[in-house]
Amino acid sequence: MVDIGDATPVRAWQRRLILILLLAPALLWLFALIVLPHVQLALLSLRERVAPHVYQPSLAQFHTFFAEPLYWQVFVRTALLSIVATALTLLVAFPIAWVITKVARGRASALLFVVCLIPFWVSETVRALGWLILLRESGVLPALLVKLGLTAVPVELLYHDATILTGLVYTSLLFMVVPLVSSLESLDNSLIEAAYDLGASGFATLKNIVIPHAAPGITAGCIVVFMLTLGNYLTPNLLGGKNSQWFTELIYTQFIVRFNWEQGAAFGFLLLGLSTAIVAVGLRLSGQRFVDVMRRS
Amino acid sequence: MRTLIAGVLALFLVLSGCSRLDNSKRLRIITWSDYVPADVAAEFEKETGIHVELTLSNNEEMISKLHATGGAGYDLAQPSQDRITGVQREFGLYRPMDLSQVKLEQFRPEILAITRRIATLDGKLYALPYLWGSEGLVVNSKYTTVSDYGDLCRADLKGKTSMRLRRPTLMAFAFASGKDPFALYDNPKAYEALMEDVGKTLSACKSNVRFFFDNRDQLLNGMRSGEVVAAMMWDTGGWTLNRENPDIRYVVPKSGALGWLDTFALPYKGRNDAGAYRWINFTMRPDIAARITRKVGNWTAARGTEELVDQTMRAQFNASFPGGAFSGINWYPAIPAGLEAQEGRILDRVKAAN
Repeated sequence: MVDIGDATPVRAWQRRLILILLLAPALLWLFALIVLPHVQLALLSLRERVAPHVYQPSLAQFHTFFAEPLYWQVFVRTALLSIVATALTLLVAFPIAWVITKVARGRASALLFVVCLIPFWVSETVRALGWLILLRESGVLPALLVKLGLTAVPVELLYHDATILTGLVYTSLLFMVVPLVSSLESLDNSLIEAAYDLGASGFATLKNIVIPHAAPGITAGCIVVFMLTLGNYLTPNLLGGKNSQWFTELIYTQFIVRFNWEQGAAFGFLLLGLSTAIVAVGLRLSGQRFVDVMRRS
Repeated sequence: MRTLIAGVLALFLVLSGCSRLDNSKRLRIITWSDYVPADVAAEFEKETGIHVELTLSNNEEMISKLHATGGAGYDLAQPSQDRITGVQREFGLYRPMDLSQVKLEQFRPEILAITRRIATLDGKLYALPYLWGSEGLVVNSKYTTVSDYGDLCRADLKGKTSMRLRRPTLMAFAFASGKDPFALYDNPKAYEALMEDVGKTLSACKSNVRFFFDNRDQLLNGMRSGEVVAAMMWDTGGWTLNRENPDIRYVVPKSGALGWLDTFALPYKGRNDAGAYRWINFTMRPDIAARITRKVGNWTAARGTEELVDQTMRAQFNASFPGGAFSGINWYPAIPAGLEAQEGRILDRVKAAN
């Protein structure tokens, strides 16, 4: 708060009013665009159509989810693949962040960062379509494999789980690199040198010095990437094709193709619950607190 | 407080500014891509002073958008005729046609009769026919031959066929199994059993499918590159490919092609009915209708256009349907509400099958 001085004493209620007014746009935005629609979705998910224009409260939508093995299988599959994708993204992003902060100097480091950023100048759709061109049977990579004599005929590289994972890691890489860079930057190089001086191996230094220091950044990156992946619609759909089975697709289908908003809303809440639960478990396992993670990232 | 008042005032000004836009001078149409050629819209504006605003969509999205707003946002929609009465009964998204405003003599009577039969609810007609066509099989005869939908699942076509993971595919394979799904619409038990069977057939067939296509271009490209050699598709797609590559042909399956018809329908909260009726009368004029048909490649419901349309296309049509359109086509009847939820579960299972 600005101290205006003794001449014009700001009374407590005025101060509170200013605070409220300053927060008002954000609160209004939160309430109108996030809370209200969710309340409506919650109400939708808890009713069932019994006849045209006649609805009654019921848990039928959630019952359908558990009764039809397909739906919860896709649900579990989406969760597992998202976790795998997050882990892979971390594995790929960590060396990149390390090189940017600790190995490269000055302009080289800035340049590397820009290289990570450039793919994000085009939209996600275009990037996914780029992968399509590279991987389809009549595409670039299969033709290259044939030319190199690795395969006799062009193989279809699309529509596999591995393709989906590749696409997901690619799309979310930046969101892992940024928090990692910011947390590694604050790590004093002399600490690493001290560890080596005291005879620690590379692995021991990583485990005892680097990772504990970067933990909030790692956790923040993982949370962001996990949520983006779990809620991604485009990449699994385009690269997974007939086998994608991503939970967001089921939600889209229920809303848009089947006009079954009740079922779609129920699926949406199940996904919300899932992501909350997994993030909570992840925080517990890594011993981090959500507030700290968000502040440090 | 002052900012609040200013904000409210600004909002008020913006809103009143919007409502001052003259609704009688613009026509907001939600339709399929290509359905409104730019030159036709320009000529309409020159003649009437009404500016056409287009939103491109498909059946499901069209209905979802209207559903979300209770039928507001558009002055004219073009869903398929089987999507009219079920949606109307369930959500009330359309307004009945005022036939005194329409030049009915411009329509082909046999097609108008089909739409009347399918899109009438409680004695009121909710749609008028615009364009129609059929869906059957497209085959690259250089590589293989097919004669019915079931052939897409033949062992020698593994990984080389395509179809949509949508209800037409369920209907097609139901017909191919020798049953008539349309006759079972009113018998939910028997219908569900039939759909279960079709779902099993399709799940077993999945390894034959290279991809389930979502849009026309995706399939056309697959056929052009030879990645797909046989597919379930609309007639015009087949004829388009046929003009590029004579090996690719549209085949009417033994168990019949499926007939679709896209309509004009008035959204419940449309703001320019007069403009919509003028547009309908305009696009059904023989010269304009023939131009649309030439451009879009689908058949118009307007009469007196036979000599005006592309004669290659007419020849292709006559070659595919030697008995005429109304003998070889199964027309989709109105979909009863609730049916799609049932079919949806089957389609989801097919998608999940390995």
